[in-house]
Amino acid sequence: MIDTQTDAARHQAPAKSTPKGLTGDGAAAEAMRQIDPDVVAAYPITPQTEIVERFAEFVADGLVNTEFVAVESEHSALSACCGAAAAGARAITCTASQGLMLMHEILFITAGQRLPIVMAVVNRNISAPINIHADHSDTMASRDCGWVQLYCQDAQEVYDSTIQAVRIAEHPDVMLPVMVCLDGFITSHDMERVDVLPDEVVKQFVGEYKAAYNLLDTENPVTVGILAGPPHLFEHKVAQYQAMQRSARVIAEIGQEFGELSGRSYDLVEPYRMDDAEVAIVVMSTAAGTTRVAVDRARAQGVKAGLLRVRSFRPFPMDEVAAQLLGKRVVAVFDRAAAPGAAGAPLFSDVRTALYDQPSRPRVLGYVFGLGGRDLTVDMTVEVFEQLAASQAADGVPTRQYLGVRE
Amino acid sequence: MAIKKPVIDRPLTVGDVEIGGAMPSDGNSATYITGTWRTERPAFDPSICTSCLICWVSCPDSSILVKNGKVVGIDAKHCKGCGICAKECPTKPVKAIVMLPGGVYQGNEMFDRRAGA
Repeated sequence: MIDTQTDAARHQAPAKSTPKGLTGDGAAAEAMRQIDPDVVAAYPITPQTEIVERFAEFVADGLVNTEFVAVESEHSALSACCGAAAAGARAITCTASQGLMLMHEILFITAGQRLPIVMAVVNRNISAPINIHADHSDTMASRDCGWVQLYCQDAQEVYDSTIQAVRIAEHPDVMLPVMVCLDGFITSHDMERVDVLPDEVVKQFVGEYKAAYNLLDTENPVTVGILAGPPHLFEHKVAQYQAMQRSARVIAEIGQEFGELSGRSYDLVEPYRMDDAEVAIVVMSTAAGTTRVAVDRARAQGVKAGLLRVRSFRPFPMDEVAAQLLGKRVVAVFDRAAAPGAAGAPLFSDVRTALYDQPSRPRVLGYVFGLGGRDLTVDMTVEVFEQLAASQAADGVPTRQYLGVRE
Repeated sequence: MAIKKPVIDRPLTVGDVEIGGAMPSDGNSATYITGTWRTERPAFDPSICTSCLICWVSCPDSSILVKNGKVVGIDAKHCKGCGICAKECPTKPVKAIVMLPGGVYQGNEMFDRRAGA
């Protein structure tokens, strides 16, 4: 974790928290223990394995009342969670990389059936070539499946967001599944200080899940997994998309409510020294911590630098992003995933689109970085800030480029 | 969170959609007229039928009408014309149910072979 003033402030909690040394995976498992869901069906895959291992220990030690289903694949893991959620249970799972790819068809079904399942996804590259390290290829390939996607900067946020995700998913205005994304190894395996709330406080915050219907309730029979032909399907999907739009407000509200409880508030985006910034970098997850240090260093060199961390990628906070970037001269968007053949990488495309309707737009450059766990260093990031500061409208700098690759 | 009543009397709007399309009451399929799907129709002859009920067991759409243990006809509103009843009918040498061309739903009389169907 990057030790800055902001981080110190995040650890001054109103509720009596206990500092623990936890990895990002450990933080996710700790949150799951406190949530004590009805069902966890999960399959281990690097770098998510520790979540499943730890949670299986909690089950074996009798620390949770969860029905733990040791399934034979990720396809089954999410399918079992869907069945459980349709039966009115609070269900949680977790995966990474190839596991998320194997879940792909069920991702759409989870969202379409509006099952409020929470899933920690430990971001990892997708084969080939085979690589087990961090990038966002997996969740970016799943970005249009209809799940809410929250990207965490560190282990503390993994813990905090997992708890919030339950409330977001089950909110009556939302009723959508939520992915809590953390960077493979960088967050998942790095031991950090995590302030853990008392069990009772978390239990009260998440409350009890009361499903609208229950497949096992024979007194009130209900059909789920319906067929909707051409006269009906479009209306069903638009109802689902509207719920995604509504979730933005709910994410912000619950992030605020969690802040009152823990001293750590969360929003859709997190700006750092943006007010008077002339150049800015937009980025998600752990690279935001690196960029925060680079902002301070660039400012010490006279560059008016700023950082906008996007926490909620789905729903994409168009208005908040536009408001933060309006009036900046040049903006660089850092994507930890590529979109081959597309107009730009996923975050870049959405940020640029968010700015299109604004009266004046900053120049927006796209950088793909960090594929397969390639380091993004503070030096590299400061160098980008320097390039942005020196950049002129028609200076020949390519709009889209790779950062840290040997060309 | 209360579950909504299904809309069956007018075209569904976005606001009508229940969370996840859950259907809270049973018996809704009766309102869905699948009899328009047919390209062939089962024609029934009660004078041959032994009411063994094999057709009733086999019909995937519960369209074999039975009264007091006797097959009395076929539900033309819902029969899709799959032909399983005719295939399974065991009476010999003539089957009590045979498939005939022309499947448009015009009422139950077309299913009685004696009525010149």
